[in-house]
Amino acid sequence: MQPIEPELPARQLAKAPTGIPGLDDVLLGGLPAGRTTLICGSAGCGKTLLGMTFLVNGATRFGEPGVFVSFEETSQDLTDNVASLGFDVPGLIAAKKLAIDHVRIERSEIEETGEYDLEGLFVRLGYAVDQTGAKRIVLDTLEALFSSLSNEAILRAELRRLFGWLKERGLTALITGEQGQGMLTRHGLEEYVSDCVILLDNRVVDQVTTRRLRIVKFRGSAHGTNEYPFLLDDKGITVVPLSSGGLDHSVSVEVVSTGIAGLDAMLGPGGIYRGSGVLISGVPGSGKTILGASFAAAACTRGERCMFFSFEEAAEQLVRNVASAGIDLQRHVESGLLRFETKRPSSFGFEMHLAQMQRELDSFRPSAVVVDPVTSFRGPDSEVYTLLLRILDMLKTRGITTIFTSLTTSNERTSQNDFGLSSLMDTWFFLVDIEADGERNRGLYALKSRGMSHSNQIREYLLTGEGVTLIEPYLGAAGVLTGSARLAMEAQERVGAQQQREEVVRRLQEISSRRAATERQIAELHAEIEAQDTEVARLTAQEETRETVLATDLAAMRTSRSVRGNGKHTSLTTSQIRRDARAIL
Amino acid sequence: MDDHYNLRLYVAGQTPRSLAAIANLKSLCDTYLTGRYAVEIIDLIDEPHLAMADQIFALPTLVRRLPKPLKRIIGDLSKTERVLVGLDIETRRAS
Repeated sequence: MQPIEPELPARQLAKAPTGIPGLDDVLLGGLPAGRTTLICGSAGCGKTLLGMTFLVNGATRFGEPGVFVSFEETSQDLTDNVASLGFDVPGLIAAKKLAIDHVRIERSEIEETGEYDLEGLFVRLGYAVDQTGAKRIVLDTLEALFSSLSNEAILRAELRRLFGWLKERGLTALITGEQGQGMLTRHGLEEYVSDCVILLDNRVVDQVTTRRLRIVKFRGSAHGTNEYPFLLDDKGITVVPLSSGGLDHSVSVEVVSTGIAGLDAMLGPGGIYRGSGVLISGVPGSGKTILGASFAAAACTRGERCMFFSFEEAAEQLVRNVASAGIDLQRHVESGLLRFETKRPSSFGFEMHLAQMQRELDSFRPSAVVVDPVTSFRGPDSEVYTLLLRILDMLKTRGITTIFTSLTTSNERTSQNDFGLSSLMDTWFFLVDIEADGERNRGLYALKSRGMSHSNQIREYLLTGEGVTLIEPYLGAAGVLTGSARLAMEAQERVGAQQQREEVVRRLQEISSRRAATERQIAELHAEIEAQDTEVARLTAQEETRETVLATDLAAMRTSRSVRGNGKHTSLTTSQIRRDARAIL
Repeated sequence: MDDHYNLRLYVAGQTPRSLAAIANLKSLCDTYLTGRYAVEIIDLIDEPHLAMADQIFALPTLVRRLPKPLKRIIGDLSKTERVLVGLDIETRRAS
């Protein structure tokens, strides 16, 4: 029986959602409802798990019971394999929402003795579908029939009949097939399936595996055409439709702190813009991780969620190490605001890293992210550049403020130090070693910061027990000095200032004592003048007294002469005496 | 009891192929297993659950339940030689 292709409906093709994160986005809704989809890929690429997830999600989330027909694994194995994903297969079977039928075909037990068909299989499928009221069915993998039955002509005819039967029943079917040489499936199953073909790929490049998924065709529907990385881990299958990224993300004028007061002060608005990307480049041991941790701690202290992607240190080690610099991340880990994602960059390919990051970001929804360090991604520069570009885009489209750290091998800003990343970043701090006078000191400067003014100074910073401290720069006649030289210069200046102060005091004292001496002299002169005045007064008084006495005496003598004689020999007159006295004076 | 055969033939409905298989089985048993066989014919149209329980996918299927071990033969049993091989029936007594 040839399945007849119905006319494509004018309206949107009905879809059966898989419930697999990302896959439904790529499929623009889900698998074609009531039709058959072929999933092909090499061994171990996740075909069975994808099928089981499709059924379990259908039964638990979309009200569509399902039947799993397994030609390889037993029901028990299937149940156990998905139990770790939280799929309660026995419970679903008991509730008749799911049926598992293991079609066991032992080649050695089978003798073909004439004409036959696969009606037994149809009976089984029909029975299981009727029992559960199934809308979905997975056949994993039909190709087992090819290795068990020698009559391929019968088999092919029966397969054709099977696909017709599935369609007739209105089942959304998912069949799996092993990838063959130059064909999608080893036995050409794709020739029976014309509606939707999904190819799973498990590529190993440089000993690193990357899983990818591609919709080869999807008749009657648009679909994502790229190869999409997907994850297969303890959280099940996640397809990550990595956006190509763009430059149309919204921007914020809100300013957030870098977590270091001194660093904020170097930037015009007093911090970095929310949603911007900050690159911290530095030589080994320059404290990049500590700067990142400061930022993370500040974000958590503001009550924001922060995700720390650490590619070099385990979470506990990092928490311990930054605690020695006075940054308490443990508190934030415990409060749930800070989450670490620690993965070796080499543990899987770039696509997988991106995919994983995207999944974590979308589940945790942080507003701040630290990527420490970007330089641990090794590979061809162009690929690393693309990876970082996509990480940046991924973060920016989500409005996440991010600190990227980058290891540089020298103080020189060479292009291989940053994969050309610097031009993508909004703010770039460069940490340098300042080697002088037999010691190494740490200096940092803001190389650029888009959309804000920033300090042009090279600032020395210290990693202390209380975090990162930026020191006021020494800006003297001898230039910018750091470390001991700065301390020495500062000490020298302190000594100089002291001397200066003492000199002034001394001179003030000297002046004051000289002034005292002068005042003393003035006082002495005054005393002398006073003494002279006193003398003059005394002499004047004395003379007056004498004149008075003289006049009195003369009068007395005149009186006595007139008594004794003519008194001629007393010819001296009073006026003469007065003249004489004046002459003496 | 070693040579007693307990056989079960699974068919689905009265199709020509079913009927051919039943006829072929009867003549074969009468020829090679005279008096030491029991045949049970199961129509899966009536008992579909047995298809899963007994691991049937192709029809017709003949299952040798006894003697052990279990053996399966698929097809309409028209190729007698292969049926005898499949059922492990010693043919020397008859030949």
